[in-house]
Amino acid sequence: MTNEALQNLIGSWFPNPEAGKVSEVEVVKVSETEDDSEEKPKAQEPVNPSLLEFTKEESQFLNIIVKPGQLHSLMSQLKSNEQTHFDYLFCLSGVDWGEELGVVYHLESTSHRHSLVVKVKTKDREDPRFDSVCDIWATAEFHEREVLDFFGIKFSNHPNLKYLILTEDWEGFPLRKDYVDEINMIVK
Amino acid sequence: METTTINNNFKSEEYFINMGPQHPATHGVLRLILTIDGEIIKKVEPDLGYIHRSIEKMCERDSYQQIVHLTDRMDYLSSHINNEAVCLTVENALELEVPDRVKVIRTIIGELTRIASHCLWWGVMGMDVGALTTYFYGFRDREMINDIFEETCGARLTMNYNVPGGLMFDIHPNFVKRTKDFITHFKTKIPEYDRLLTGNVIFQKRMKGVGILTREDAISFGASGPVGRGSGYSCDVRKHHPYSALDKVTFNEAIKTGGDSLARYEVRIQELWESLSIIEQLIDNIPGGEHRVTTKAVIKLPKGEFYQKVETARGEFGVYIISTGTKSPYRLKFRSPGFSNLSLLNHIAVGGKIGDLVATMATLDLVIPDIDR
Repeated sequence: MTNEALQNLIGSWFPNPEAGKVSEVEVVKVSETEDDSEEKPKAQEPVNPSLLEFTKEESQFLNIIVKPGQLHSLMSQLKSNEQTHFDYLFCLSGVDWGEELGVVYHLESTSHRHSLVVKVKTKDREDPRFDSVCDIWATAEFHEREVLDFFGIKFSNHPNLKYLILTEDWEGFPLRKDYVDEINMIVK
Repeated sequence: METTTINNNFKSEEYFINMGPQHPATHGVLRLILTIDGEIIKKVEPDLGYIHRSIEKMCERDSYQQIVHLTDRMDYLSSHINNEAVCLTVENALELEVPDRVKVIRTIIGELTRIASHCLWWGVMGMDVGALTTYFYGFRDREMINDIFEETCGARLTMNYNVPGGLMFDIHPNFVKRTKDFITHFKTKIPEYDRLLTGNVIFQKRMKGVGILTREDAISFGASGPVGRGSGYSCDVRKHHPYSALDKVTFNEAIKTGGDSLARYEVRIQELWESLSIIEQLIDNIPGGEHRVTTKAVIKLPKGEFYQKVETARGEFGVYIISTGTKSPYRLKFRSPGFSNLSLLNHIAVGGKIGDLVATMATLDLVIPDIDR
């Protein structure tokens, strides 16, 4: 599937109820679709037609930025939907963007051979927490533990969330940008 | 797998034992915490970090030329391919087209690296199941490749032959001849491997039906390389996302559907033949021209995100760079094949015996510095 087709399909899973409130005609339309499926999550920001944010960010993949609350439902749909079928999580990285902490998921479909990048971010640096995707892709178990080690990001519903590489008494999170390396162990 | 029935008079008790971090069969400093009942494994929990050097953090300090050298120290048996991955990422980001000569030489040396790595794996694989002879056979053939590398790259293990933009030096005048000599030599040796180990009845019994990984689980655990292909999962990056000169050659992706230790073993043996065939197709047609294009002394990648995957001897190796336009990456993540392949060890070893765990682990072909980056 092309990136445009993927964007249209995935975007339609999380419609933004606030999106069409500019004109009266569209409000009627949106409320109709709302009646059909009341389970759809409520939106907070009236930004675009979808609750998901699609970006290119000078990357070769299509990028989706998802809110932490919708992460797990998006991920399970990405895998179970036959048109997308992202069954291969080939990379899971923690990233410290300065103000925000987050996780980047690189996905590929072994049947359709298309790729996608999903990003989730939070401004909470004290207790960052996302839903675990271990139940969707088993490889996430180790990768999420590695992210816990180096970024201090916790994952809800993880079966065995503890340090994988660091010792239990290690202080701080080494790959965060504000990490103070007091004994010059890593940087110079 | 047989299970022992315990007489009612005796209580079955689970207890922990440590395997490693200084255990010869873990091929490095890996600690496995085993929960066992008698000799039956109930749980395998890897404990990592004994050789972690925080390469990803060091990369945030270093220039792109310096990062190439650090990747040698991860999967040291695929050092050339790791170097290539970083160089390809940087070249793609700069939209730098390298000469055809560079692409062909990179591919030839990459496949030689794969053969050398599989030779070493085959040697220690035999050793892990109790056949010491294989070690010497494997090292004898690997030595020839190391000599070729030494002549051309100046190093035998951590080669540092790639630089962003091409190769550090041109190939040695003897390179083509010695590589051809090796191909002739090695073609007579792979059947010897089969006669010595593959057909051995004891070996077959240790391998068949042990450590079974289904195709669905292989994909879910992110298995790649011979581990994934042993489960019938087509995951060769060289086929699906060809890089360097791999789109110019024809080769078969080695796939076995058994999913057990024997299937993973057979995939690697078949890969030896495929790698030889790739080298044969290229060695007579190395294009002339420059061996590198000049880049700026300080390489600055444009702002953005770049991802490149390559197939090392162990599987899919990925480089993920987030650049803010400076001379060092803002964040660099290495997706190492061993890390994902280790995560499925618990899944395939539970229910087996400790002796089988050693054999199963050998078919995963783990290199610990690749897991502890």
